[in-house]
Amino acid sequence: MTTEPIKDWATDYDIFDPEYIKDPYPVWDELRGKCPIAHTERWGSSWMPTKHADVYAIAQDVEHFSSANPLVVPVVPPEGFEQTGDDQRFLGVGAPPISSDGYEHTWTRRLLLPPFSLKSMEKWIPVTRAHCRSLIDGFIENGRADAAADYAQQIPPYVIAKMLGIPSEMSGTFTQWVQEFLEFGLQNFAMASEARNKILTFLWQQITEKKKNPGDDLISYLVQADVDGEPVPDQHVLGTCFLLLVAGIDTTWSSIGSALWHLAQHPEDRARLVAEPELMDTGVEELLRAYAPVTMARVLTEDYEYNGCKMAAGDKVLMSFPAANRDPERFKDPDKVIIDRAENPHIAFGAGIHRCAGSNLARMEMRVALQEWLARIPDFRLEDPENVTWAGGQVRGPRSMPVVFG
Amino acid sequence: MRIKVDNDKCQGHNRCITVAQELFDLDEYGYSHEKQDGAVPKELEEKARLAVANCPERAIKIVSD
Ligand code: HEM
Ligand code: SF4
Repeated sequence: MTTEPIKDWATDYDIFDPEYIKDPYPVWDELRGKCPIAHTERWGSSWMPTKHADVYAIAQDVEHFSSANPLVVPVVPPEGFEQTGDDQRFLGVGAPPISSDGYEHTWTRRLLLPPFSLKSMEKWIPVTRAHCRSLIDGFIENGRADAAADYAQQIPPYVIAKMLGIPSEMSGTFTQWVQEFLEFGLQNFAMASEARNKILTFLWQQITEKKKNPGDDLISYLVQADVDGEPVPDQHVLGTCFLLLVAGIDTTWSSIGSALWHLAQHPEDRARLVAEPELMDTGVEELLRAYAPVTMARVLTEDYEYNGCKMAAGDKVLMSFPAANRDPERFKDPDKVIIDRAENPHIAFGAGIHRCAGSNLARMEMRVALQEWLARIPDFRLEDPENVTWAGGQVRGPRSMPVVFG
Repeated sequence: MRIKVDNDKCQGHNRCITVAQELFDLDEYGYSHEKQDGAVPKELEEKARLAVANCPERAIKIVSD
């Protein structure tokens, strides 16, 4: 991994630069003005569009831009790395539909959409609400809490564990595994592959168990489903369950955290959401737009010139949905958070055929988490803005964020 | 006013139904289509415009007045 200082963001960007992780917005503004599709050779050749029009167009062009490896940096084995038995056992387990193209994408996605529909989410609202309340019970007397670690981080793994039909006591362990895979693992191959093996081993046990004793849960739904009259291959059930954990935890935790980070510093927005609860829908969309956490990648299927950039087969494109959401050509006053923004076609959940399949769940969790927090803790502030730590790369959000109440 | 969802463009973001539930239905996969023949009563025209403006895929069109 290069740690050379950045000479020029347009030709040598580094998404792991600590300043960029803390505050990427000025970099995107500068790039949009002078070189809207930046390039770097830091992890092989990759491109980063910063305008909405480009991110959107590339997301629609699945012929040239494949999803075969959606991680933002290639996680490659270091020299001399020896595969373990688990590495071999799980070789070829992907993460459908996020890592699929073509027909495989179509059917693996169709399988997932019904259990994540707007309607299917209703059943999980009371579960999420009760959990948020009990988290708040745990710290409200202290007059302070880590809003990222004690609250935001605790919500998505609990809900997805319940949906999958896995003991919710496992949720802390899931969070750790997912972080090792997706956050620290992006720069540490051994850690990423170990975390992947742990997740897959655990899920495989669960799948085997649910095949024998199916219940009313998502894993049982997947093992019992059929596609074109055929049962879903085990590898796909495993890959999809893996994706649900990996795609659903860091992401939603980050957006709940960023929302609270914003509200901690904007008493006027807190006051409005408390006084006018009907603004929660536009409020959640606006916080998603302004602090979109997720950047995904595409791989060029062939040499291709896009908008003057000569891209080569195998190059990566970082789909900066967060930068697209701050593009003044698409959004008026993009850097202002306007809690009742009426027109907000943001792409925090992506665009095109890979649109986040969990978006209804994520929105529900965010809405309930903010409602419950504001009902009990309408007044709070960052203890020390300098002490907030951020993760970035694939998923950006606060990881530690001490706040004091009242 | 009449609206039409382009099924090739709709990706199921479900923004339309949140903004204007009177005007849209979803299938079991979350893809949207206009209710009945897409006719928009006068009092819902503003909501129809909001649905158009919030669709990330530009999938909803106002077809005629
Ligand atoms: C605020 C929280 C979330 C954000 C911002 C987010 C963002 C995204 C984005 C941008 C994509 C598109 C990927 C691409 O274009 O390559 C995506 C895909 C996906 N997300 Fe999410 N996500 C969130 C929460 C969740 C949750 C809670 C789940 C489910 C448990 C989930 C499951 C998925 C799945 C299955 C896909 C793949 C869809 C496909 O490839 O067809 N996400 N997400
Ligand atoms: S907002 Fe647009 S993409 Fe989303 S469901 Fe409605 S029509 Fe489809």
